[in-house]
Amino acid sequence: MSELFSQGGYAGFVWGAYGMVAALMIAEVIVLGRNRRTILARLGRLLRARGDRRQGSGRES
Amino acid sequence: MLGFASLYPAHNYDDHRGWIVPSKPITMPNLFKLASPATFYPVAGRAIPWFYGVAVVLILIGLYVGFFETADQLGGSNPQKEYYRIIFVHVPAAWMSMWLYLVLAGWAAVGLVFNTRLSFMMANAVAPTGAIFTFLALWTGAFWGRPSWGTYWDWDPRLTSELMLFFLYIGYIALHSAIDDTRRADRAAALLAIVGLVMLPIIYWSINCPDPNQCAALHQRSAPGSIHMSILIPMLTMTLGFWSYSFATAFSRLRGIILIREADSAWVRDVVAREA
Repeated sequence: MSELFSQGGYAGFVWGAYGMVAALMIAEVIVLGRNRRTILARLGRLLRARGDRRQGSGRES
Repeated sequence: MLGFASLYPAHNYDDHRGWIVPSKPITMPNLFKLASPATFYPVAGRAIPWFYGVAVVLILIGLYVGFFETADQLGGSNPQKEYYRIIFVHVPAAWMSMWLYLVLAGWAAVGLVFNTRLSFMMANAVAPTGAIFTFLALWTGAFWGRPSWGTYWDWDPRLTSELMLFFLYIGYIALHSAIDDTRRADRAAALLAIVGLVMLPIIYWSINCPDPNQCAALHQRSAPGSIHMSILIPMLTMTLGFWSYSFATAFSRLRGIILIREADSAWVRDVVAREA
C-alpha cells in the first residue's frame, strides 16, 4: 500500500496530477448542483412576483 | 438532428417564447421535436444520471488497470515506469480538450446556419467543461514534464498551442458573458469559436518534428498502433469515462441555461413549481 502512495519517489508528481483532476471534476459537479438550486430558487421568486403583480392589477394574461 | 431546421426557415428568433413546432411536420417529426428546449429539457434530465454512472464505472476501471495492471509490464529500472501513470489522465484530458472544442464549434456553426437556439445553448454548455479539460491537460502535462524533461513548462509547439486553446475557451466564455443581448452574444461567440477551430489542426500537427535533434518538439510523433495495449486500453477507457462525464456536466449546465432563457414560457413555470 505504501508503495502505491510513494509511486517510486514520484508521489508529488503523480498525486499532484491526479489530485488536480479529481478536485476540478468533483468541484464542477458540486458547482453545477448549486447553480441548479440557485436558478430554480430565483425563477421561483421571479414567477411568484409576477403572479402577485398580475393579480394585483386585476388583469390575467 | 437540428439539420431538419432548414426545412422551416421561418422558425427562428421571431418568437421569443420558444421553438414553434409546425402543425404539419414535413419529415422526421420526432427528431425535429428534440430540437425544442422544452422537449430536450426532460430528456437531458433523464440522461444525466446514466452518463454520470457510466463515467464513474469507466474511470474506476481505467484507474485500476492503469495503476495496478500495467506497472510491472513496463518493468526494468526505467524511472518512467512510476510517473508514466500521469498519461492515463493527461492524454484523455488533452483529447477531450480538442474534441469538446470541436463539439462547441460544431454547435455554434449549426446555430449560425440554422438559427436554432438550442444549438447555441449546447455550445454554451460545453465550453466550461472543455476549458476544465484543457487546463487539466496543461496541468498534468506540467507534472509529467518536470520529472521527464526537467521542466514544468516549455514553449514547445504543442504546449503553446494547447495553452492558446485554453485562452480560446476563456475568450468564448468571456465574450458571451460580456454581451447583454443573448442573441448577439450567441452569434459573436459562435463566430469566435469557429475562427478558433484553426487551433485544432495546429495542435494536432504540432508534433510533426521529423528529427528530435533538429527541432525542439517535446512531443514526438507516435501512431496509436505503437502504444502498448496495456497502456492504450486504460487510456481509452479513461477517455470514454471523461466523455461520458462531459455529457453529464454539459447536459446539466444546458438545463440551467434552458430554464433561464425560457423563463417566460408556461412549461418553465410548471417545472419551477414542481422542482423548486
